[in-house]
Amino acid sequence: MTSAKPTMIEFKDVHKYYGDYHALRGITATIQAGEFFSLLGPSGCGKTTLLRTIAGFEGISSGVVLIDGKDVAAVPPNQRPTNMVFQSYAIFPHLTVAQNVGFGLRKDPRSAADKARAVDEALAMVGLSGYGARAAHALSGGQRQRVALARALILKPKVLLLDEPLSALDKKLRENMQVELIKLQRQVGITFILVTHDQEEALVMSDRIAVMFEGQIAQLDSPERLYRLPKTRAVANFIGTMNFLSAQILSEAGGMVEVEVQGFGRLQLDAEKQVTGAPTATGATIGFRPETATLLFDGQQATDRETMATVEEVVYYGDMTYYDVLLDGTSAPVRLSMRNVFGRPVLDIGTRTRVGWSPGALVLFR
Amino acid sequence: MKIPVLRIYTIGYLLFLYCPILILPIFAFNDSTAVAFPLQGFTTEWFQNVFHDAVLGKALKNSLLVAASTAVISTFLGTLAARANTRYQFKAAGPLMGLIMLPMVLPEIIMAMALLVVLLSIGIPLSLFTIILGHVLVCTPFAVAILTSAFQSLDKSLEEAAYDLGEGPFSTFRLIILPLVMPGIISAMLICFTISLDEFIISNFLGSGEPLLSTFIYGQLRFPKNVPNIMALGTILVGVSITLLALAEFFRRRGLARTGAKDSGGFL
Amino acid sequence: MSEPLKRPRFWGSQAASGLALISPTALYAILLLAAPLAATLVYSVMTDGYLTVIPHFQLCNYIGECHSQLADGTMSPDGYLGAWSDPIVRTLMARSLFVSILVTAATVLLAYPVAYFVSFNVAPSKKALWLFMITIPFWTSYVIRVFMWNVMISRTGVINSVLQGLHITSDPLQMSFTIQAMVITLAHAYAPFAILPIFVALEKIDRSLLEAGQDLGETRFTTFLRVTLPLSMTGVIAAVLIVFIPTIGDYVTPNLIGGGKIPMIANMIEKQMLKADNRALGSAIAVSAMLVVGLVSVVFLALNRRYLKGPK
Repeated sequence: MTSAKPTMIEFKDVHKYYGDYHALRGITATIQAGEFFSLLGPSGCGKTTLLRTIAGFEGISSGVVLIDGKDVAAVPPNQRPTNMVFQSYAIFPHLTVAQNVGFGLRKDPRSAADKARAVDEALAMVGLSGYGARAAHALSGGQRQRVALARALILKPKVLLLDEPLSALDKKLRENMQVELIKLQRQVGITFILVTHDQEEALVMSDRIAVMFEGQIAQLDSPERLYRLPKTRAVANFIGTMNFLSAQILSEAGGMVEVEVQGFGRLQLDAEKQVTGAPTATGATIGFRPETATLLFDGQQATDRETMATVEEVVYYGDMTYYDVLLDGTSAPVRLSMRNVFGRPVLDIGTRTRVGWSPGALVLFR
Repeated sequence: MKIPVLRIYTIGYLLFLYCPILILPIFAFNDSTAVAFPLQGFTTEWFQNVFHDAVLGKALKNSLLVAASTAVISTFLGTLAARANTRYQFKAAGPLMGLIMLPMVLPEIIMAMALLVVLLSIGIPLSLFTIILGHVLVCTPFAVAILTSAFQSLDKSLEEAAYDLGEGPFSTFRLIILPLVMPGIISAMLICFTISLDEFIISNFLGSGEPLLSTFIYGQLRFPKNVPNIMALGTILVGVSITLLALAEFFRRRGLARTGAKDSGGFL
Repeated sequence: MSEPLKRPRFWGSQAASGLALISPTALYAILLLAAPLAATLVYSVMTDGYLTVIPHFQLCNYIGECHSQLADGTMSPDGYLGAWSDPIVRTLMARSLFVSILVTAATVLLAYPVAYFVSFNVAPSKKALWLFMITIPFWTSYVIRVFMWNVMISRTGVINSVLQGLHITSDPLQMSFTIQAMVITLAHAYAPFAILPIFVALEKIDRSLLEAGQDLGETRFTTFLRVTLPLSMTGVIAAVLIVFIPTIGDYVTPNLIGGGKIPMIANMIEKQMLKADNRALGSAIAVSAMLVVGLVSVVFLALNRRYLKGPK
């Protein structure tokens, strides 16, 4: 990943302890100017703590945090070039919408009229023109979120920090806000850093994602690479579903790896594009996503390879059907997802069927 | 049809609770020195006596001074303790809060006599000031209880948001925290004022002979001919107490509405 | 490795900030509550010197016969009995304990259905109003409330004049100066202290537990016995302690309702501290009363400890 974009935030071996609890375990990463960056992980993985070290609400135990090239260890939150959208939105309930949005302008030397104009512009940017005089506590969840965004963006921060901003919204509103946030980020062009536990949200919105487990970054990559070539089985399972088959590495030569895979037989894989993880002495695994293999219905020809299998479980989802099938020569079922195109039957449990697959879609974890 | 036994019982219980203060005004206007039925006719003589009693006037002035001082000091001390206990985590918080809240369960006579012993032994003469010292001790736990719920309903991220938007600790307190807990502070002051106004045991132990309303009333009850005057005075006091309480409740609810918190019930 | 960090001092240390903030209030409580309580304890093992207390250690304020020291430094020939040796103190202590237990039982039993009603049968939006209604009488002058009870129950009082007026009774009922009258008055005075903790405990009960109880074949009443009551015991225990402990220290009710004829331990303490001015003995009686209350409370807690286990 080389990029011409300048670095906005840099973590160098950041550790954070709460008493004996080791919350951040050596975070080293860079976030570029103008990118939409997500911190993704299960609850308790340290993603919110990491975000709060950028905002300045958490001190760090060791390491360095640089914002725009400056060590911010001694800079309090009210002097950092970052602003935050809180998970609860933290809208001041005793102030109006305009007073909330203009809160950070108190020490701004501009005239009151200029400040009022800035507030109006900020409200217009988040689609709340005309809401300025309303009482903040009378707003809906979606409106609160927009006020929180306007309030943070009006200060023209170098970095906007978003702490699970969509988690309190219902599904439809959340999906709309995802698109709006992407548009807003392109419009203002500043760095957005989003904390989320929702892998779909991270995939949809981000330029790059850092997947975190237990205080460490497990993988930092573009959404597409994260999905296609996860570094570990844990990352693969956190982002979508992946099937695993045990494998044995036979030889490595000329950029190709030869493996013997349970159920799939002997295969050649591209060492550059299909092999992931650091070499270990024991147990390699092959992984593939449910949508990369397919059930072959009557007369359908496999595009590449095919293997016989038995249907063990059928889960009908309307537009999709998930099949758990046991490939011949394996001991545990794998999951396949099939689009329910018109005229295609839903198979019964116990049906013998052919499964079409392609060696190019496999990933080798070693 | 189902008989609402519980509802009837509860209403009966409320009648039992209100009985004394409902009967009070009846005899305050009754034209007889005997507090008994049948009623003897309407009079405002007892109220007039109350307004013309010089000692009572002095007692009222003293009581108002004591109650106002107690309300201000207790609420200030209560604010500090409630803020410290809700905002910071530290090991000494448990035992210290336990000690501060102890007067809520300790028999007042124990506190009163303990204070008396110490004040006399270090040579502080009894005065209205010593009564205030005792009243603050009794009222502070109530202020802490009210203010703790006020501070608890304050989302910590509101404070962080203010820092994030460029404010320092003091301007954050002034612009965000104080306006949001102000209803709680007013409510605590009203409650402390009411408790101090009615408090008897400590006032009796630590008093120097300067009359207070409660000790004045207690003293007058020995003289049957003065009882109707006390009925009138009591009526006024109960009226004032209820008004103050209604105000306190109003402010407490407004505070909750402001911070958008759910109402979890009464003062305690 | 990395050098020692300059951490942002912005938040300071939690403990230091918290301690600094709580210190004025804590100091006040230490100086005017903890220290005086400790002083009482010390006084109770010293020698009475009429208007003063002489720092001479002894235990006769508790057990045996004690002599006060006179102004000229000699011991008074007239002795007095220590708190535990004096049959009068023992009688008063037993009576106070008895009355306090009766009051506690009456208050809590009477209060439980009210707390239950407000928690389970009142619409959520109206609960605060009901609680407010329940607490109002509590905030009005205690002396006046106690006196009003006296007015109601005296020989020429409200209840007797109503009964006689309606020709239900011909002679006035003797209600004043009885222990029953004291119990009723005190149960009235401490009502909100009992209702509120029980209400809070009842409010915390997940309503689906009650549905689960009935779903599993219990009737409404047996569900109450097997689910609601055990889960609300923390509130009941709190109510018992919060009523029982202060009741021991009440001397207004015995004076006004008992007419001074049924004195309790608090009256004895008041007498020693204010009128007889034997502060060493007064302190010893007070310490003994607190010991008795503390002991009963600890035994009560121990008997109910199974309800206090589990997550808070």
